Amino acid sequence: MTVERAIANQTEARIRQEQAHESAENSKFGFIVFLLSETMIFLGLFAGYITYKTTTTDWYPAGVTGLETREPLMNTIVLVSSSFVIYVAERYLHDRKLWGFRIFLLATMAMGGYFLWGQAVEWRGLTFGFTDGLFGGTFYLLTGFHGLHVLTGILLQSLMLGRSFIPGNYESGMFGVEATSLFWHFVDVIWIVLYTLIYVWQ
Amino acid sequence: MANISLEPTPSISAQPYPGAPDNWRRFFTFSTDHKVIGIQYIVTSFFFFLVGGTFAMIMRGELITPDADLVDRTVYNALFTMHGSVMLFLWTFPVLVGIGNYLVPLMIGARDMAFPRLNAVSFWMIPIVGILMMVSFLVPGGASQSGWWAYPPVSIQNPTGNLINGQFLWLLAVALSGISSIMGAVNFVTTIFKMRAPGMTWFRTPAFVWSVLAAQLIQLYGLPVLTAGAVMLLSDLSFGTSFFAPERGGNPILYQHFFWFYSHPAVYVMVLPAFGMFSEILPVHARKPLFGYRVVAVSSILITLISGVVWVHHMYASATPGWMRMLFMVTTMLVAVPSGIKVFAWVATIWGGKIRLTTPMLFALGGIINWVFAGVTGIFLGSVPIDIHVNNTYFVVGHFHYVLYGVIVFGIFGGIYHWFPKITGRMYYEGLGKLHFVLTFAGTFLIFLPMHPLGLMGMPRRVASYDPEFAYWNVVASLGGFLLGMATLPFILNMVSAWIRGEPAGNNPWRAYGLEWLTSSPPPVENFEEIPTVISPPYGYGQDQPLIATNEHQEATQVP
Repeated sequence: MTVERAIANQTEARIRQEQAHESAENSKFGFIVFLLSETMIFLGLFAGYITYKTTTTDWYPAGVTGLETREPLMNTIVLVSSSFVIYVAERYLHDRKLWGFRIFLLATMAMGGYFLWGQAVEWRGLTFGFTDGLFGGTFYLLTGFHGLHVLTGILLQSLMLGRSFIPGNYESGMFGVEATSLFWHFVDVIWIVLYTLIYVWQ
Repeated sequence: MANISLEPTPSISAQPYPGAPDNWRRFFTFSTDHKVIGIQYIVTSFFFFLVGGTFAMIMRGELITPDADLVDRTVYNALFTMHGSVMLFLWTFPVLVGIGNYLVPLMIGARDMAFPRLNAVSFWMIPIVGILMMVSFLVPGGASQSGWWAYPPVSIQNPTGNLINGQFLWLLAVALSGISSIMGAVNFVTTIFKMRAPGMTWFRTPAFVWSVLAAQLIQLYGLPVLTAGAVMLLSDLSFGTSFFAPERGGNPILYQHFFWFYSHPAVYVMVLPAFGMFSEILPVHARKPLFGYRVVAVSSILITLISGVVWVHHMYASATPGWMRMLFMVTTMLVAVPSGIKVFAWVATIWGGKIRLTTPMLFALGGIINWVFAGVTGIFLGSVPIDIHVNNTYFVVGHFHYVLYGVIVFGIFGGIYHWFPKITGRMYYEGLGKLHFVLTFAGTFLIFLPMHPLGLMGMPRRVASYDPEFAYWNVVASLGGFLLGMATLPFILNMVSAWIRGEPAGNNPWRAYGLEWLTSSPPPVENFEEIPTVISPPYGYGQDQPLIATNEHQEATQVP
């Protein structure tokens, strides 16, 4: 009887483990599918931007000649390098070095925060608003929508940071961290395209 | 009744485990069982089908006389807008998601969808979408009047000046429905890619599953683009930007691109699962394998790809340059190829088969006939010269209602009848089912066929009054519309009474070949006692081949 029960328990534990592994695999797959779909929103907005920019006669609102590129370039460098920082954090977690993970995750969050702050400063210094023609509309829509994604990324990272203090959190895998990291890379790649479209192509 | 062979069943196995399911209260809980969610989807959306149908009948009542005498013109505008929106966002999309939800895990031998909680969340957004749409009738200014496609500049007018206006609520509802659809699509795609039973290779996967996959892939690439357009429309409407406002330098045509980039493929999101159901129903009731199964399966994916590059055929008359018209005319004609492949495969499937004219079979055959007709008028509309002539006339309305009602709703009814014994464990009443089919087929014919001559004569769509020369066909169409409305009554009667006290159906009343028929009816929680190992392709009728490995075989394969 006890032997039977032991076997049953063992089998159940094995099935549980397999299921947990499988569901983590599924979550990762599903998250990538979601990100691909999310990419389509940005592609749609980019297509709109390109159409407007190439067809509109009065592109800039009165009194505007173009965008300042120096601070945004600094911002870009910080955001893009944060992608490498979160990768390092992920490697630390892989090796079960929790403090290394936390420090580099915090560094990523700081860099994301710097980006958002820089964006806010830039917005405040601009002479045109959301309703000032197609340029104003698309500029604020694209940077704002991307900024929302950066904010979401930082929130996800702080969630992951908090969860790293729960004992035994990574026994059934680290899907949450992988997803957060993937999301952050996604936000970065989108920004590179966005920066090229809005700031470089003037 | 004589032509269905019911296996004798000693006792009804409606209770998967003692004391739990057959109680109806579980349908009102936040259940994560894909079967409960499937039924929640189907029943909720059927309620909205009745709402949308009521709107349609009020409109047909208005159109039975040439003058605008039944309802106010603004009410009429709101009615056609909400008829379209309710029928698409609250009936056709969700009911097909519901049927897919119920069937896909059973057909691929999985215990549930990949993300059960996400599944439940996506369902519970649907009632909220419904409430938002209905509430929009009560706000000052009434519901949105810009049609289901919400073209600017009409859709960015805000005469009441309130932030919360009908158009705003409409956009909110559509956005919510989009989020629900994207979550559902992620769920379906992951489930189909990652959770097929051992041995179920891609070419052992039923055609219905292929078609659901093809449809959900469209949701994933199309819906986000509509979302981008909707966000811009919303900010034009509520925050005063100028994306689509021509008087402020905006470009209203761009919205049409955003809209149709999703909303044309959206037709395939709806019609593909219906095609999949035809492909499932025909082999069972003709006792023959699905002809060209692999080609049928792949043609669904082909439709996914081609449907992404046809959208401008809705905009031939929107100042579209000539080269664009030509290009999109060619791609539009191309869609006829995979669709035609399917029709040939269906005809070849029933050719020489032992056909049982059960209700699901009748609906499938009727749906295919309607599809051929709708496909032909679709080719008409895809060609630029004819489309310029009939653009925005009742010809277009007749065409797409043939697709949406004649094909998709027929497919839905056929599917519901076909899997009713599996879902409830009881058999529906065949006589009532046939009555439902005859009335529906006649009603569809009577209401939607007259719209074609009306369109050719030049009657514009979306008008509450018209020239008396159009009266004859309008009267016919209105009578057909009322008949179609009444045709739903035997269906409701059939479903409700059969679910309560129908004959126990047994696990496989159709002697069908497929994983979903191997489990009990209704299936237990988690579907299968043991995940089956698939060893044959589907539709093995007349081939005497087991679909799944027996237990001995399974153990034998596990030993080495």
